[in-house]
Amino acid sequence: MNREAVRHPGLNLGAAHGRDDEAAERVMFGFWVFLMSDAILFGMVFATYVTSVHATAGGPGPHQLYDITSVFVETLLLLASSFTFGMASLALKYGPGKGRLAGWMIATLALGIGFLALEVHDFTAMFAAGGVPSRSGFLSAFFDLVPLHGLHVAAGCVWLVCLLGQIARYGLDTQAKLGVMRLALFWHFLDIIWIMIFSVVYLAGLA
Amino acid sequence: MSAPLSDRDQARRREFHSYVWGAGLALVLTVVPFALVHWGGIPRIDLLVTIGVLALVQLLVHFRFFLHIGFRQKREDLQLILFSALLLTIMVSGTIWIMASLALRMTLAAQP
Amino acid sequence: MSIAGIFEHPLGRLGPDALPFWQMLQHPTEGNIINGCVATGAASMVVIGALVMVVLLTRYRRWGVLWSDWLTSPDHKKIGIMYVAIAFVMLARALIEAVLMRAQQAFGLSGGFLSPDHFAQLFSTHGTIMIFFMAMPFLTGIINYVMPMQIGARDVSFPVLNSISLGLTAAGAGLVMVSLVIGKFSTGGWFGYPPFTEASFSPGVGPDYWIWSLTLASLGSTLTGINFAVTIYKERAPGMTLMRMPLFTWTALCTSILMIFAMPPLTVATAQLALDRYLGFHYFTNALGGNMMNFANLFWLFGHPEVYILILPSFGVFSEVISTFSGKVLYGYRSLVMATMAITVLSFTVWLHHFFTMGQNANMNAAFGIASMLIGVPTGVKIYDWMLTMFRGRVRFTVPMVYSFGFILLFVLGGMSGILLANPSVDYQVHNTVFLVAHFHNMAVPGVLFGMLVAYHFWFPKAFGFRLDERWGMVSALCWIFGFMAAFFPLYVLGVMGLPRRTVAYSEASYVPLEWVAFLGALLILVALGSLLWQLRVSIRHRDENRVAAGDPWNGRSLEWATSAPPPEYNFAVIPSVEGRDAFARAKEEGCAYQSPDTYRDIELPRNSAMGPVTGAIGFALGFGLVWHIWWLVILSFLAAVTTLIVRGFARDTTRVVPADEVRREHLRWIAAVNATTAVSRVDECRPVNDGRARYEAIGVAP
Repeated sequence: MNREAVRHPGLNLGAAHGRDDEAAERVMFGFWVFLMSDAILFGMVFATYVTSVHATAGGPGPHQLYDITSVFVETLLLLASSFTFGMASLALKYGPGKGRLAGWMIATLALGIGFLALEVHDFTAMFAAGGVPSRSGFLSAFFDLVPLHGLHVAAGCVWLVCLLGQIARYGLDTQAKLGVMRLALFWHFLDIIWIMIFSVVYLAGLA
Repeated sequence: MSAPLSDRDQARRREFHSYVWGAGLALVLTVVPFALVHWGGIPRIDLLVTIGVLALVQLLVHFRFFLHIGFRQKREDLQLILFSALLLTIMVSGTIWIMASLALRMTLAAQP
Repeated sequence: MSIAGIFEHPLGRLGPDALPFWQMLQHPTEGNIINGCVATGAASMVVIGALVMVVLLTRYRRWGVLWSDWLTSPDHKKIGIMYVAIAFVMLARALIEAVLMRAQQAFGLSGGFLSPDHFAQLFSTHGTIMIFFMAMPFLTGIINYVMPMQIGARDVSFPVLNSISLGLTAAGAGLVMVSLVIGKFSTGGWFGYPPFTEASFSPGVGPDYWIWSLTLASLGSTLTGINFAVTIYKERAPGMTLMRMPLFTWTALCTSILMIFAMPPLTVATAQLALDRYLGFHYFTNALGGNMMNFANLFWLFGHPEVYILILPSFGVFSEVISTFSGKVLYGYRSLVMATMAITVLSFTVWLHHFFTMGQNANMNAAFGIASMLIGVPTGVKIYDWMLTMFRGRVRFTVPMVYSFGFILLFVLGGMSGILLANPSVDYQVHNTVFLVAHFHNMAVPGVLFGMLVAYHFWFPKAFGFRLDERWGMVSALCWIFGFMAAFFPLYVLGVMGLPRRTVAYSEASYVPLEWVAFLGALLILVALGSLLWQLRVSIRHRDENRVAAGDPWNGRSLEWATSAPPPEYNFAVIPSVEGRDAFARAKEEGCAYQSPDTYRDIELPRNSAMGPVTGAIGFALGFGLVWHIWWLVILSFLAAVTTLIVRGFARDTTRVVPADEVRREHLRWIAAVNATTAVSRVDECRPVNDGRARYEAIGVAP
């Protein structure tokens, strides 16, 4: 088996893409560094959550507020979207054309929006049950961590639409390719963050 | 068997399988802890440990199959990840350690 | 908040009482008048300074030049110079504030002339500015200017992002400056501890100014860190392996890594404080499960690496300067690199020593105390390396070397007091006294500031093509050194005598003499700053005598000296190929320093982009709107920010090409000029005869 050298994290374009593959190295490394910085940001927010999980101040706690079934569906949606984005990356690398790429990206977008819709639904239910962020330190920490991830996903969705626009306008030029590849990293990274949220916040909270 | 595949097709098939494997493993690793929590029956501490271990395994699965991180790539990427993991561990565990100590001593002080 | 509410108060909570003289006019008591006059004087300095700039730019028709040659330029050298310019402006302001504080304390025996509130604003802005808007821009500027050239690159990896970082930093600095004129700055110290900075105790705009200026600046620093780290990893010239990089580049790399990983905790802390203040969350409040101790934890998780962000580039500068002016190879290069890396990692393991007295258990204090002492070891290694570099060298007493001597002596003293403080039981005694103030100024002034001033003297000729005046430089250096001693050594004693820090007044008469010594020291430092500015004026006036167009006035060792002064925008006509450490010294030794290649290639450069100034303006508007609750402005600037990013995504054709012919012409012209320049020996280094070409003198070359 003769594999190509890996230039950067994520699916590499490979030598067949020539200059685009070379240009990817620094851009993808830079974006990866940014993601690591973002990971520290999430890490601190996680730490805040873990240290204030008991600070419910007499208000509702995890058992009163979390709807594990809904969250499980959200998790599956995100997992599926990671897979569809993987397919989009393959379509970017091997083609043919941009139709297949756009198709997988739109599928990812739909899954992402579905995730966000369910999450907003969860938050609304929590609000209705008295789980507002100004109620307690615990709820403040919760509404720092989970919506922060949600905001990232929302930003990813906007970015995805912009990339579709760029592909429609300019075709698959270097910048569009690099954009899709960075968004792929971003998307998979957010999936990892969600796994941590699912485990630390929801599963451990209800265990 | 069909006609021998070109290198490019082979690579494509291999990478496709990587994503399928990743998705499959991730699914299992998500469903198992969910089922354990949902249907219960295990002591809480064991459950927490299981959730933690499975989450870490799933983290590695995502890194391996979705982000294509391995030991055969450019070294600086791996260095970066390991360094970030080190700092993340220091910062998060340090925070939890410090805040737990403070919380403990506050409750001690509050008792008569 | 309803939609109508957004437009109900178009100016938010901005009213006439935001003006610095309002209270003085409403309630003209003696205290109000003095404080009002001081504040109004400061505000008018800002306003007059801005007006003078506008008038001069209009009078000499320089707006176009400013826009197209500077503000929109993606050239790392110009961005670096702009950063340093910001740093000098902010230095002047924060230094005047320091003098004012020392004056207040000199007269502070049961009174003084400033109100406690005013005094608190002074120490809060002084600290915030010195850390975030003086030291950070200064070191970012120096790294920006020097590092790409040291590794033989044409620019940083992401030039437009670099310009955006500058815009964000400038926006943060702008917010702090505006707070002098409109409203008040925080009174909560540079670290803004809650619950004091929560809405219930500080309902005004002060902490909001602090939050948003810091957020803008730290965002800029994170992006800068990413940019620098990628540049050093991916843009090095062929042959420039990591262990061949000049030490300044090494420290730049480690500082960037610290920026990338240490800024997020600050962002989390300020964002959570903002959520507390704006939306009634409970992270750090007294009630409902808030925990203000986590703020101290988060802040110092950032804050301690931050002090190494500040000091490491200085270490790099001193390494370059001491080696160059001793005419010797840097002693113990490998150990210096190792020490720098050790500091980078260790700096993340000591943050608790900033709050030993908060109440965690004693074992934890001991663990962090030991870690804090450990971090002194690699720093000690460096001191020995520098001394051994000078040992048996031909040391030249130039201005940078005088600063370096001052640095080594004073920094060791400061480090010793740090080792004392690293012991928790000692820390309990002097915690929150001016002993601590003396300690960290003893690290920050000789360490960070002297390092940056050395860098300014050392690389100024490279950036502008002429040397700075030596005599005024020497006056300034000596004033800095002795002024520092007079201003801060008394504080050690006062601290042990029990004077708490941030005290506006005291009732202990025995403090007075030492307070006066410290005040005189502060005045001497003001003289030092004055001589620095005067030196610049004198140097500009005599620039023609001090030109160093050939580009190598100090017999330099690394690649930044291998181009003209000032360098072309693409830095190198041909990317150099590196065969060892001290690449330029090696080339000079082998007699192949100034050569023209057979062929030249087209050079691709990024086009100018308005992204930097536009992002800066949007960031400023967003911050200002948030501070004053001007919600329409907040919404508009947020939308503008998103739109700008999207539009930039659609931008193509972002590069331009410098044709090979032009590169060749320019390079050959420079080579001819170098060949026509007489090489000078080091004896004449600081005389007009030094035109920037060094005579060959046996200089050691690293293996």
